[in-house]
Amino acid sequence: MDVSTHSVRGDWNSLARNYDARLARGLALAGGKVIPSPQTTALMEAVIEPGDRICIEGNNQKHADFLSRALAEVDPAKVHGLHVVQSNIALAPHLDIFESGIARRLDFCYAGPQGLRLAQLVKAGKVEVGAIHTYLELYSRYFADLTPRVSLIAAEAADRDGNLYTGPNTEDTPAIVEATAFRSGVLIAQVNRIVDKVPRVDVPGDWVSFVVEAPKPHYIEPIFTRDPGAITDIQVLMAMMVIRGIYEKYGVTRLNHGIGFDTAAIELILPTYAEELGLRGKICRYMSVNPCPTLIPAIESGFIEAIHCAGSELGMERYVSERSDVFFIGRDGTMRSNRVFCQLAGHYADLFIGSTLQIDLEGNSSTATHARMTGFGGAPNFGSESRGRRHGSPAWLRAGQEAHRQGMPRGRKLVVQMVETFKEGLAPTFVERLDAWELMDTFDMPLPPVMVYGDDLTHIVTEEGIANLLLCDSLAERAQAIRGVAGYTEVGRKRDRQMVEKLRARGAILYPEDIGVDKRLASRDLLAARSIKDLVRWSEGLYAPPARFKNW
Amino acid sequence: MERLEFRFAGRPGTPLSADGEALVGVVGSGNLEVMIERADLGGACEASVDTSIHGFGDTWQQVIGDFVERRGLANIRLSINDGGATPAVVMLRLDQAWAGLGEKAP
Repeated sequence: MDVSTHSVRGDWNSLARNYDARLARGLALAGGKVIPSPQTTALMEAVIEPGDRICIEGNNQKHADFLSRALAEVDPAKVHGLHVVQSNIALAPHLDIFESGIARRLDFCYAGPQGLRLAQLVKAGKVEVGAIHTYLELYSRYFADLTPRVSLIAAEAADRDGNLYTGPNTEDTPAIVEATAFRSGVLIAQVNRIVDKVPRVDVPGDWVSFVVEAPKPHYIEPIFTRDPGAITDIQVLMAMMVIRGIYEKYGVTRLNHGIGFDTAAIELILPTYAEELGLRGKICRYMSVNPCPTLIPAIESGFIEAIHCAGSELGMERYVSERSDVFFIGRDGTMRSNRVFCQLAGHYADLFIGSTLQIDLEGNSSTATHARMTGFGGAPNFGSESRGRRHGSPAWLRAGQEAHRQGMPRGRKLVVQMVETFKEGLAPTFVERLDAWELMDTFDMPLPPVMVYGDDLTHIVTEEGIANLLLCDSLAERAQAIRGVAGYTEVGRKRDRQMVEKLRARGAILYPEDIGVDKRLASRDLLAARSIKDLVRWSEGLYAPPARFKNW
Repeated sequence: MERLEFRFAGRPGTPLSADGEALVGVVGSGNLEVMIERADLGGACEASVDTSIHGFGDTWQQVIGDFVERRGLANIRLSINDGGATPAVVMLRLDQAWAGLGEKAP
């Protein structure tokens, strides 16, 4: 073969040379790795090039908010047409840069409170949306076609060599850093303080290009704190059904909980209801979840043995540090979280349980609401069958026996939605057609934004009962099983009563009396903690709730 | 406020409580109060609902009708004072009030 006749690339290190040039421009400006905060915007103008793919770190907790504001102040004549690839659109500057033309294209996971404005900017042609991802999807693409050229990250502290300490909110930093640093990308870190020696090295300094001490500590939101005072009797009833009808039945030991009041109710009746049933040591032993304060009583009473966290939670730092047998703790004594690993652990667990806004007759569920572009976050990866799983566990095998009654024996992950049939204001949870269809048309999406697909879902728990979709043999049966627990919604009222009785005889529908749940006990009295103050007491004073949750 | 009145044919042949004692089950929460009494209604069941939310008469009829049928009730009077409870809460309170009645029964 004559090599000379083939086209040859010839240049193999252009990214690295380009990085060297950017670094030189930045150093010329700043004089070293640590830059004074007033020079941050100038630094960005020096090292960011038009059209760059850029990540501004921020998940639903920790945010590189100072760097985000500094980026919004660059001169659009110098820096423009950026392609933003980041998990969350949560802060106003995240969208300001689209309004001014600094950024043009967006690949993201979740928009939360900025969902309405994002939708307006998309309609106005200011934001070109590539795709909406789950966390694992987007970070996977960081290692394929969406590697950032520049990443703006947040850490707790740095030393003068750029070694970073993230503190308990490690979150997404390792994934972002890994992709950026090892493909010749620029890493700029904002830190709360520059120190002589960091308590532990979460990111080695030679991976970091520049460090800036932010004028104010980075923004953290306590989004996983649920006040037990707001949990209702109905939520306690549903929690009792989950414990008896699912956790006890299958022997669920490894699981992920959503972050709503419904799952908080489960956590808070483990030390009472599940303890009475003799289930300690048999259920809920390993969890992939943030350190939600409502977990404290179940940890203290010996139910939950180990928890790996995607992030931390404000006020829980000291409690977590003092429970190093339960949480993942560094040699320095503080937690190290990691969103990607937590998502993976949850994906391969025995069970996911969460809540949703709408469920259709196939069991597809969506949290999409009219006029907002909110996205997916982590629920689709937690709430889906793990088809690559091969190791057995009692819960997985038991569910597998129900799911695969013929042919090759398989296991099955339990994926559960826990919902009241009506939301506030009597909006029905069960619908014939998801609003997601309308949203697809409005925003020109390739598919309706479904959070958990019906064929991934195994159980629906409502105040009326449990639908076990594994025991339904056809879509018609599945629809009736769903109608059979849909209460007095339009969908529920249209049930075929005969078919529902048939499904109930088979165990595809279970009502409280079928699983020994005594409705008389369904009251807040069953909660191990009925207030934030109770949680503080359970924690022996180690939990320090943020001021807004203190009402005593 | 809207006042709704319902009457259901109860389970045939259900006797009044032996000594005719008036037994009452009462439960209340933030937005719902339920009282259940035994009464000689010729075998039927009656319900009166005072609700702050208009236009849900059909749903009330279904919820209470299902409760009467599921428990096989007769000669029962239900009084409900509603401040906007969901059907879920209504059914839970009815079940709990009924359980309270059962506990006190001879």
